[in-house]
Order: sequence, then structure tokens, then C-alpha cells
Amino acid sequence: MTGRRSWLLIVWLAFGFAFLYVPILLLVLYSFNDSRLVTVWGGFSARWYVELARNERIQEAAALSLFVAATSATVATALGSLAALALGRFGRFRLRLPMTAMLAAPLVMPEVITGLSLLLLFVTLGQAIGWPTQRGFATIVIAHATFGLAYVTVIVQARLRLLDPAIEEAAADLGATPWRSFLTVTLPMLAPALLAGWLLAFTLSLDDLVIASFTSGPGATTLPMVIYSSVRLGVSPQVNALASLFVVAAAILVAAASRFIKPGAGG
Amino acid sequence: MTQPLIRIEGVSKTFGDTAAVDGVSLEIGAGEFFALLGPSGCGKTTLLRLLAGLETPTAGRIVIDGVDMAAVPPWRRPVNTVFQSYALFPHMTVAGNIAFGLKQDGMARTEIKARVEEMLDLVQLRGYGGRKPNQLSGGQRQRVALARSLAKRPKALLLDEPLAALDRKLRDQMQVELAALQRRLGLAFIFVTHDQDEAMALASRIAVMRDGHIEQLGSPRAVYETPSSRFVADFLGRANVLGGRVAGRDGAFLLLEASGMTLRALAPVDVSPGSEAWLAVRPENVTFEDRGYANRMSGTVSAVAYVGGVSNFEVEVAGGMKLRATVSNRAGDASVHPPLGADVHVSWSAEAGVLLTR
Amino acid sequence: MTAGSRGFRFSVISAPMLWLAAFFLSPFVIVFAISLVAASDGQPPFASPLLMSNLTFDNYRLLVGDDLYAFAFGNSVRIAATSTVLCLLLGYPMAYAIVRAPQAMRNGLLLLVVLPFWTSFLIRVYAWMILLRPSGLINLALQGLGVIDQPLPLIANQFAVHLGIVYSYLPFMVLPIYAALERLDPALLEAAFDLGCRPWRAFWRVTVPLSAPGIIAGCLLVFIPAVGEFVIPDLLGGPDTPMIGRVLWTEFFSNRDWPAAAAVATALLVALVGPIVVFQILERRGAES
Repeated sequence: MTGRRSWLLIVWLAFGFAFLYVPILLLVLYSFNDSRLVTVWGGFSARWYVELARNERIQEAAALSLFVAATSATVATALGSLAALALGRFGRFRLRLPMTAMLAAPLVMPEVITGLSLLLLFVTLGQAIGWPTQRGFATIVIAHATFGLAYVTVIVQARLRLLDPAIEEAAADLGATPWRSFLTVTLPMLAPALLAGWLLAFTLSLDDLVIASFTSGPGATTLPMVIYSSVRLGVSPQVNALASLFVVAAAILVAAASRFIKPGAGG
Repeated sequence: MTQPLIRIEGVSKTFGDTAAVDGVSLEIGAGEFFALLGPSGCGKTTLLRLLAGLETPTAGRIVIDGVDMAAVPPWRRPVNTVFQSYALFPHMTVAGNIAFGLKQDGMARTEIKARVEEMLDLVQLRGYGGRKPNQLSGGQRQRVALARSLAKRPKALLLDEPLAALDRKLRDQMQVELAALQRRLGLAFIFVTHDQDEAMALASRIAVMRDGHIEQLGSPRAVYETPSSRFVADFLGRANVLGGRVAGRDGAFLLLEASGMTLRALAPVDVSPGSEAWLAVRPENVTFEDRGYANRMSGTVSAVAYVGGVSNFEVEVAGGMKLRATVSNRAGDASVHPPLGADVHVSWSAEAGVLLTR
Repeated sequence: MTAGSRGFRFSVISAPMLWLAAFFLSPFVIVFAISLVAASDGQPPFASPLLMSNLTFDNYRLLVGDDLYAFAFGNSVRIAATSTVLCLLLGYPMAYAIVRAPQAMRNGLLLLVVLPFWTSFLIRVYAWMILLRPSGLINLALQGLGVIDQPLPLIANQFAVHLGIVYSYLPFMVLPIYAALERLDPALLEAAFDLGCRPWRAFWRVTVPLSAPGIIAGCLLVFIPAVGEFVIPDLLGGPDTPMIGRVLWTEFFSNRDWPAAAAVATALLVALVGPIVVFQILERRGAES
């Protein structure tokens, strides 16, 4: 009886994975198609990769996106680890409820709302105090750091819950002030979660179209924005090539991350 | 008379509505091996944490070595704690763990190295400095926790259920080692436990706690042989408790009317006739033989349990009450071991019973 | 709290709180304020909300009066809801299958579920564009196999939008359900079997109810953002699939009517407050257990 059911489950799982991966793998396949059209297979070719490599617009956008992602992920991780510490170790404190609420909402908030609201903030701020004079790198980083912070908090808090609180008490007992204890005892123990959180915030930032579109300005075009404008017009073989690069990069990242995290999981 | 090392004066700690520690006053001297004993929830761990500075009292004050600890955070107190879970830093080596406290004090690197070696020797873990906590057994981790806390040469060592996580054999062994360590270092050791055997074996003085306050404070012998309340009598070992009314005095003893008889008991305090009181007598003092003891009852053996070194008997006496008697099984001993169902007389001397007023 | 830790706690709490207050909370106040003024031709393209005389409910009257908004909103909720259900139907068995897999395989399988998420969302939606177009691969394959003569309308309609949402949000459904199932004590199922309950019924009466927190979390994680989704309806949807996220975008970027967009955003936020609060309560309860 159970045998039959597991068979069904395996098939379902396989179908699910096929559903998830076939589109991506097809993109990768077609990135090597010499012909521009999907209908025709023009032969195996790497020409789109070559064109991609020569595409300055994409390269600039990629550089900006990477830089924005790294910066916002770092800010998000710093703030998120503090928030996780407060929620995980401080028990009941006065601002606990508002903090939890403000950290849960970004996880589900539609991006158009977040994007619009931040843009209006920046515009109003520019009017009121003169900064930001122009939207661009800084404003996108702030926007991405804000939602990244919520994700980092979830990940770090989950890990913090598994750590013996007595360890930090021991550090205090042995003479470490709270900051010393946080920096030399708590953070090292949280390292895998901090890395995972950073990577998640980095990916979300790299991937974001809507919020970047609202909060960026002239001269600050992110990679998703470039991809979006290409893709609206139809099939773009260079985007196929870009897609494959993304897939390969993601696969390498995930493989590296899993190998890194597993041995350290003992904690 | 020298100042006691630790003075706890009227300390209370409330969490929300409940008072975990309720108006406790206590003095602990340097070099004492002191136990806080009690059931879970009695406040013993909270009291220990108050000493360590991990909690702040809601009322009262704590003075360590003449200094009021009111505004002193745990990282500046002259005491160190061994935690129940050991709480070793998983990302540091054994040597790193032990050195941690010394680094916070800004000790020179060479001095730290020397002290760490000294500590490893002390707990018999020489050569283990390079290992990580997850490579150690439970007993070894406990020693590292000890070494780590002793490295700073604190004025007192606080231990929270130090032996609870160890198995029987290891626990017995560690008890001996802890006692030796304390004697050798001459430090005050204050430990929390719910295990009365452990408390009596190690401590020179025990504070029996209940519901946030101290029920009785005294040496193991005093607390065991002259408990001040039924709670204490029943918490340390087993006790037979008979309830009744005080009938009068007879020299050093008080007379108690209980179970339809007049019993004689030692009375540490004078009690007025007519008031409610209880007599507590330990099972090992209850005998089946006729030795001319003042307190005597008759009944039937309702249960027998052979537990190796001794046999535990239950005798149902008049009124349905069950008295417990423990008889040694020493080889060649001619003590009486009545079988199940036998009609017997049980008796105990007047000095063996203690009168309790609460 | 120990003595001497007040300063530390203050810093740790206030850093993220100040950031959130400045960059998460205050923007909403500003959105609401700007929804109350009229659009203008100046820079910025709206009248100043600081002047009381500029305040008006015109934008909201527009929302209520014009059928487009109501329809788009209703449509969004409907599409998001059905997509959520489909995602649940696909995702729950997947999560269940992973939990039942041998321990050594579980992490690998989870990574496989999450891996597509690490590639670009935009690109994955684009992949479906290629597959679903009249000249796309699916139609090509079906025509090639002789199953159909004319290409099927697989894109620029509700089907494509549903597909896109389920595809993109699947990991958000699988992960919370997996987490809830993993926490389940297998002894509970064994107790059910022991008491005479057959496996299929045990599944419905024990496993599913106990994994409810995961199901609800997964559904909220899909439904709420899906209501305001922009990219998927824009790339895969068509004129008959107006969704509120697109409407907001169009008001803002095409019509340059910022106050109208602000009103849409506020209305959407108010509508979603209920589910968002439910999600927050769930998160908090999950954190406390």
C-alpha cells in the first residue's frame, strides 16, 4: 500500500522539478542556437555569448547591479543581524511588536507598493532637505537594503534560536561586555546564517525589477531593467545567453554554499 | 570575626506576577562548599543567577567581598559560573575557551598561555588544548567548563546543576574530583542541585529552598537529622511523618498524641500543649526488634523491597497509616526481616524522632 | 536584563528600528498624503500636500467611479487566489515527497527546489514567453506532432498568468510546508495507525491539519504579493487580464499621474492589511514555539 503511494509521490516530485527546470534548460539550449528564431535550429554556435560580451549597455548595467546588490546585502545583513539579536535574545521589550510587524510586512508586500512609496519618499525628501538630489545608486541601495533586511532577519533569527543562550551568558560571566560578546562570540556562531542571509539579500537585489524601476534615476539602469526592455520587444538571443550565465552562476553558488554550510552545521 | 564573602540581604526577584526569589537573606563564607537544594521552581537557579549578575534583584542587595553588586554587570563581578549545559564556545578550541576570560582582562599573551596550561593540568586535561568542544565527551566538556571558569581565579565559583548531565558512574567520580578540587583551591563553591544525595555529599552547608525562600539552612547532618519542617524532612531522604497534637513535656522530650498513642520526640523548639505538630522519624531508625524504645506501634507488613544493601519495608499500622522501615542486609547480620503479611511491632527511640511544627 | 546592558540594547534595537521607520513606515504615510492631492505639470508632478487647500479625495472618487480599477482589483484577487490554490496543489505533494525521502537526499532536493529561485525571476518569466508564444516551442511541438493545426492561444491570457505565478512562486509554497511537515512527530502518525486509522485517512486527519501553519504561511506568501504582481501580467498577460499592479505602473509611468498611483497603492495596501496582519501573527506564533 505504501509502495504504491511513494511511487505516485516520486512521479509528482519529478513532474514538479521538470516543470521548474525545463523552461530554464530550454533557454540554455537556445542560447547556443545559431539562428535567432526559436522555430529554426541554425546549428550550434556561441555567437550570442560573443555579442553579449560586446554589449556595453548590458555590461554597465551588470556592473551597477552587482555593486548595488553587494552594498545593499551588506547593509541588510548588518541591520538584520541586529534585529535578529533583539528579537531572539532580548525577551519582551517595548518596541518588540512594531519591530516584528515591520519585519514581517516586507516579506509579502507587493513590490509596486514598496517601489512607489520609496520613490515618493525620495522625491519628498529631496524637496524638503535637498537630498537626494538625484535618484540612482544610493536610492536603489536603500530600497533593496530595506526589504533585504527583513529576509536576513528571518534567516538569522532561525539560526539564533538553535544556539544555546547560555553561551552568551558565559561570555558575559567571563568578562565580555555585550558588544565584545556579540562580536567575538555571537557573530562567529551565526556565520553560516549571516552568509546565507547575505546571499539571499544579494540575489533578491540582483533580481529586482519593479523597485529598481521606481527608485532609480537617469544613468542608473540595473540589469533587470535592461533585460526587461529587451524582453518586452520579443525574443532576444543575447538574453538567452545571459540566462544561461545566470543559471551556471546560480548552480555554482548553490553548490559552493551547500558544501560550505554542511560541515559547519555542527555549530 | 571576618566578613563573610557573600552577603545576600532581603533579595527578591519577581518575573511578572510570580516571585521566583522571595526575601532571601544568606551569608556565605570564603572557602565554603555551599549547596542550594530544592525542587524545580524553588528559586535556587534564579538565586545563583542573581549572584552571577545575570539577573538583577527586584528588591534587596547582594554584597560580594564588601562591595555592593547593585550596579555591577556580570562582566565585572569577581565570581564565575559553570553552566548546566557547559556553554562552551563551539568555534574556539579548548585553550581558546579557557583563555577567553583572561583575554577580556587584557592579560599578556605569555601569561595567558601559562595560565591555560595550569588550568588544563588542574582538571587533568593536559594536551587537550587544541581540541574543539564537539570532539570532547560530556565529562571532558564539563572539565573544560570548570577550567574556563577557574582560570580567572574568581572569589567564588557558581555551579548550576554541574553533574546533572552525567551518567551515574561519571557523576560519582566527578563528585569526588569536585570535592578534591575545592579543598585544594580553597575557593567558595556555590552549587545548585535538586539531588539531595549530591548536596549532602559535597556541601558543608545546605540551604533547602522552597517557593522562593529558604526553608532550612544548616550542615548536611543538621538538615537530615533535625529537619525544621515536613517539607525538609520529606525532601531529604524519606521520612515517616505522623500528625497529632502536643500533649505536654517530659524532660527533654515532648509528648505527641498521634494515631491514638502517645509518642515521645525531640523538640528543638518549645511548643505549647494542644497545638498541631508532626513527628518525623527516618526509616533506618525504625526497627522490628524489641529494644525497649519509647515509641512503639503494631501493624502488618504490607510491602517488602529488597534493594541490595538494604531492604525497605512498609508496615500498615492502626489508622491505615503506612510506616517505612529500612533494615540492613549486611552479611551475618542477625536483624529481623519479617515476611510479607506478618504481624509485627515497630518501634523507635525517643531521640530518633523530631517534632515538627510546620 | 543585566546591569550595564541598557546602552547596548538601546543601540541594537534602535538601529534597525530607525531604518525601518524611515524607509518602510514613513513612505506609507507619504503615499497616503500624496494620494490626497491632484496631479500637476510641475516637478514633482503633484501639488504639495502640505497645503490644506490642495487636499482632495478626487483620486479615490476616480478609483471608485471608474470600473477599470474595481475590475482590475477584483481580477487580481481572483487570479491570485486561484494561482495560490494551484500552487498549493502542486507544491504540497512535492514538499511531502521531500519529507518522505531518505535523510541524505532531502537537502539536495530542497536545493533543487530553491535553485531556480536563484536565477533571475525576469528571465524565468521570459522563458515561458518563449515557450508559450504562437510561434513558441510548445505550439511548435504540438503542431509538429500533428496534435493541432493552428497554434493554441497560450500566452497573453489568464492561462499564462496563472502559469507564470505558479511557476515563480512555487518555492515560496514548498518551503514553509516542508518546514511544517518536517517538524511533525512521526509518532503521531504511528499512533493513528495503531488506533486503526488507514493511511489515506490518517493523512487527511492528522498530517494535513498539523501542517496547517505551513500551508497558511505558504498561501499567504504566494497570495499577497501575487495580488500586486506586475511583471507576470505584463509579460505573459493580455488586455483581458488587467491586474492592479499593472494599473498602478501604468498610472505612474505612462500617465504620469502620481497621485492616482498613490491612491491605488493606498487602496491596495488597505485591502491587503487583513492578510498581512494574519501573516504577521502567524510569523510571531511560529517564532515563539
